[in-house]
Amino acid sequence: MSEPIGEKPLTKNINLGEAPFDLKQYESAGGYQAVRKAMTEMAPEEVTGVVKEANLRGRGGAGFPTGMKWSFVPMGDRAPKRKYLVANADEMEPGTFKDRLLLEGDPHQFIEGMILAAYAIQADVAYIFLRWAYKKAEALLGQSIAEAYDAGYLGKNILGSGYNLELYLHTSAGRYICGEETALMNALEGKRPIPRTKPPFPQTSGLWGKPTIVQNVETLCNVPHIVANGAEWYKRLSYSGNGGTKLFGASGKIKRPAIWELPLGTPMRELLEEHAGGMQDGLKFRGVLPGGASTDFLVEEHLDLPMDYEPVMEAGSRLGTGTMVILDDKTCPVGMIRNLELFFTRESCGFCTPCRDGIPWTHRLLDAIESGDGKDEDLENLEFIVNTITRMLGRTFCAFAPGAVEPLQSGLKYFREDFEQHIREKRCPYAS
Amino acid sequence: MATIYIDNKPYEVGDDQNLLQAVLSLGLNLPYFCWHPALGSVGACRQCAIKQFRDEEDTRGKIVMACMTPVNSKSLIPPLNETRISIDDGEAEQFRESVIEWLMVNHPHDCPVCDEGGSCHLQDMTMMTGHNYRRYRFKKRTHRNQYLGPFINHEMNRCIACYRCVRFYNDYGGGDDLTTLASRGEVYFGRFEDGVLESEFSGNLVEVCPTGVFTDKTYKEHYTRKWDLQTAPSICVHCSLGCNTIPGERYGEIRTILSRYNGEVNGYFLCDRGRFGYNFVNSDRRIRQPLIRNDGSELESSTPAAAGDKLASFLSNGAKMIGIGSPRASLEANFALRTLVGEDRFYNGMSANDSRLVASAIRILNDGPARTPSLREVESADAVFVLGEDLTNTAPRLDLAVRQSVRRKPIERAAALRIPEWDDASVRELVQDEKGPLFIATPNSTKLDDIATQTYRATPDDLARLGYAVAHALDPAAPSVTDLSDTVIQLANSIAQALKESKRPLVISGTSCGSEEIMQAAANVAWALCEDGRAGEVYFVVPECNSMGVRLMAEHDVDAAIQAVQADEADTVIVLENDLYRRAAEESVDVLLAAAKHVIAIDHLTHRTTEKAEIVLPAGTFAESDGTFVNSEGRAQRFYQVFVPNGDEQESWRWLQELMGAAGRLEAPTWENLDDITTALANAYPIFEAVPKIAPPAEFRVVGQKIPRQSPRHSGRTSVLADVDVSEPKPPSDPDSPFSFSMEGYTGAPPSALISRFWSPGWNSPQAINKFQIEVGGHLHGGDPGRRLIEPTQNANPAYFSDVPASFELRERELLIVPLYHIFGSDELSVLSPGIAEQSPQPYLALNPSTAANLQAGDGEAVEITLDGVAHSLPVKLSPALPEGTAGLPVGLPGPCGITLPAWSRVEK
Repeated sequence: MSEPIGEKPLTKNINLGEAPFDLKQYESAGGYQAVRKAMTEMAPEEVTGVVKEANLRGRGGAGFPTGMKWSFVPMGDRAPKRKYLVANADEMEPGTFKDRLLLEGDPHQFIEGMILAAYAIQADVAYIFLRWAYKKAEALLGQSIAEAYDAGYLGKNILGSGYNLELYLHTSAGRYICGEETALMNALEGKRPIPRTKPPFPQTSGLWGKPTIVQNVETLCNVPHIVANGAEWYKRLSYSGNGGTKLFGASGKIKRPAIWELPLGTPMRELLEEHAGGMQDGLKFRGVLPGGASTDFLVEEHLDLPMDYEPVMEAGSRLGTGTMVILDDKTCPVGMIRNLELFFTRESCGFCTPCRDGIPWTHRLLDAIESGDGKDEDLENLEFIVNTITRMLGRTFCAFAPGAVEPLQSGLKYFREDFEQHIREKRCPYAS
Repeated sequence: MATIYIDNKPYEVGDDQNLLQAVLSLGLNLPYFCWHPALGSVGACRQCAIKQFRDEEDTRGKIVMACMTPVNSKSLIPPLNETRISIDDGEAEQFRESVIEWLMVNHPHDCPVCDEGGSCHLQDMTMMTGHNYRRYRFKKRTHRNQYLGPFINHEMNRCIACYRCVRFYNDYGGGDDLTTLASRGEVYFGRFEDGVLESEFSGNLVEVCPTGVFTDKTYKEHYTRKWDLQTAPSICVHCSLGCNTIPGERYGEIRTILSRYNGEVNGYFLCDRGRFGYNFVNSDRRIRQPLIRNDGSELESSTPAAAGDKLASFLSNGAKMIGIGSPRASLEANFALRTLVGEDRFYNGMSANDSRLVASAIRILNDGPARTPSLREVESADAVFVLGEDLTNTAPRLDLAVRQSVRRKPIERAAALRIPEWDDASVRELVQDEKGPLFIATPNSTKLDDIATQTYRATPDDLARLGYAVAHALDPAAPSVTDLSDTVIQLANSIAQALKESKRPLVISGTSCGSEEIMQAAANVAWALCEDGRAGEVYFVVPECNSMGVRLMAEHDVDAAIQAVQADEADTVIVLENDLYRRAAEESVDVLLAAAKHVIAIDHLTHRTTEKAEIVLPAGTFAESDGTFVNSEGRAQRFYQVFVPNGDEQESWRWLQELMGAAGRLEAPTWENLDDITTALANAYPIFEAVPKIAPPAEFRVVGQKIPRQSPRHSGRTSVLADVDVSEPKPPSDPDSPFSFSMEGYTGAPPSALISRFWSPGWNSPQAINKFQIEVGGHLHGGDPGRRLIEPTQNANPAYFSDVPASFELRERELLIVPLYHIFGSDELSVLSPGIAEQSPQPYLALNPSTAANLQAGDGEAVEITLDGVAHSLPVKLSPALPEGTAGLPVGLPGPCGITLPAWSRVEK
């Protein structure tokens, strides 16, 4: 594994505490050069090609190769007349706040990424589906979109290329499930935000039944840099074959909870000990949800894992959004998991049975255990529900429920004694 | 066909199916909730989980939902070489059991007090999965229930959130006031606020809902368990479509009506008039004993013997009898009357206008090249032109069929993207609001307008002119229409274009506008399509359940009967199941009834005609009789007696047979049962040749056994009459059918015409229908019941109709009164059901706002119209769509009756 070249393209324009670059500043920092290059020198398929070659994988959690996704969109004269690009800015995964940094820190970078992605698939219309609570991002995006229109980066005949793109900002009414790309499309259509079955994939029948690509904010922010600097450069940003840097974050009782842009494959220990400054004084590391609330716990033995798609998967969890939630030894794991399951109970769309009725049951059981009403058979029942839903996709309608039980299933594995103690002592041993 | 392996056994299945369809069609059991054969798959409930394997080597497999997995695995990503699944796999079984357990987390387990109990898909599926012990130990969530009107009871706590209700109600049925509310474990299916469900098809929720959330409120008023109902196959009597029904009786009362699946006719669904209109059978207005007019000129209850004596006294003395039949009486009853009085002296009991119009429909279907489709075939028409019919109100189930037909064209796009048609949500997502061509030309707005490509509002004559213009646009040889406006020419051209570009173009018309020209114009359109080499089809809606049948039998109408009596050709009038005041002007019916020396009425309900009769004989309703109706498709269908009434009611044809005895007619005693009379009917009329063959004869047995009307679990056999006699009475005999009035007999699947209930071991809900179909959602084993009597003439080349009417001219002092219809209110019988009566509007006169303004009459203000010389005062209802210079008069509501419409009338404030 070669050493990364050490550049931080995503956050290079971001200075915390200062207003983000406006159009002029962004342009003078080299912004919109990638759009100019694509519009004047590159065919849409070439944009897709370079993204494919760069091995950019989706940063929303599932890690699907981006260029490959784009290549499924019907192109040419026989393609349907309307096509859409949707930016998934509905960042609601508990513990995750990376897209917010990009949206608030460098909105033009994001818009440029959208224009490039839209151009690659020849979308006519693009939407930003923004989390309702991101008020600051909402205001900034509104301004930046207007600036981009004024400068001719959006609208009709962009930079004289003949390519037209309308970009709309849609602020969500606010449900976690809207971050699931097909539920997001339903929400955007004004329907109930329930996921859709695949196939058909959004690339063939997406928003309003038309070819659609939905892409995470961070993923899109990578695109201008790939187009501007090429695939080879991009691949050299990471430790692994998966290209690029990644925004990693950490929350919990650590010294410096924050977001850092680092090469994909940066070891977890480095993140925790160097960047986050280690645990707060008097606390010990107990476990970590490596990629947000819907990923499995990893523990001490996993700390030397590189934070990359495959190694985390092999350890039994998922890279997810790359934002870690850290559990310490003075916080009750049962209480933590109970809170997470309450969140998932509340956020289930209610469409499929295991999710709608199974997850609330886990919450009731965890709540009983945590509050001292646990019974011996409760652990067995919890395990039963978890094992029946499991991470194996296809049992539930979408990936929500399997994700929702991930912290629970791994919690039962790594912190079993805590659960048993709660039940045995009929109280939470962490309560003072 | 595709080969699939189920638990290592190979099966051949249709390759456009999903695995659930395939498994169920093979007769295997697999539990499910959200899937419905008519609604397709959405994958919500996760109940039909099975294990799928990559190939023979794969022992781990993967759990998939059968309803979301195509049998043809090549279309999967990544493709599999073969389709190999297991239903019995332990992990799949356990998953299915878990799904039930989750569904049950909040379910109240109130089966003992739930109306669905014993007819519950949730109970059946629970048993099928083996789930029996609920480990959930916490408080259940509870919901508030809503008032949804007189038909549907709401109990949301029982909901398992399968989403079928909203999918049927909105996606399939076109409703919009029942919706999914809230989310997560709180999802709620109801209206934004309490109120009457607005869809005319709301009753289907009772059968679509797999548990007791939506139940039949009318049934609740006299509830009995499903297994205690006595049932027989029946035909709906409330319009001309002939939907197949299963009425259920206990203690001499009809308690509920379920849809009787007929793959060619109504499929799974009924309209609310058909489902909830049954209470006329239990009405106070029923005639239970013979009534004889006494010396004080009052009708009083009597006995069959006394009535027989009295009848003999004046029938045997060479009475000059005429018989007036009825479009709501069976073929057999009409034929018996016709036999009694003789062919020349039998009148079909229809108004002159109806008789003429139905005759026109028959002629067109018989002589022309255009075929009439079944309701199922209507669903697959890909361009529809409705000329003159407000389908929702004149033939409601046809509205539902047309709602499916507009999906045909857009669905072709799904096929192009390899989205299977059963993948309902994906297809609807792709198609969005796109609808295939549907053009609706009627005097007033209709509920189907929402999904129409274009609508046109005009008087009957102008509607006919549009039809003629469409035909001419299709074939220049068809008569042209002069003086059309550019808009109408353009409309006619686009209709012609759409019909021409479709594979199965269909014209729907009918009698409800009272205009033969409209029907002829419709015929011209269909014929022009045939001329063009297309399978042009035409459907005519006719007024009543046996209008087709009785008109095929006899030509003379009620007006002719009145003339005969006036001309002193008759002194004795026998009126069969008919209120003549609904058929002709009041004055002339008065004359008829006064001029006749003897009036004998046979009917099940009292009405103005029975009130004037000398003798009234109590007829059985559809539920107490056997017989045959011919629906608007020309399909002869048999209905069977559901129960033996307590009074003297019997089939009209039996009374008529007795009358023949009284009159000294010799053929009477030779009719011992229904088969004898249908055989005589078939011999008398070539058109009815198939009638005896539409169902097995009375002596038909399955392995020597009759088919029971009661379920094997029917309770109280030995105790119901214990207060009368401690010994168990012998069940009543039924000479007319292969059915017994008991629980004994063959409990397996009988021939399709004899299905008295859909039941199969482990399948107690209406979903048992699966077990009776060749392929789920398809035709019944042995073919769907009924026989089509009318087929088009091959290579017919009839001359186009050419009586193009002149365009409508406003009159200075008069308005053209056109008939309007109401699903709840226009039908004579169903309105005796309290729920239907509640939904029925008050009488009114509909006026275009500018016409009303000319009369200086505001909404709700009374105006006076004069029809057939009688003045009526009616409140104005503003109807913006109604053409200027016309007024709409609702048919069948209290008030003006027996009026021939359209008619001109002065309308004054």
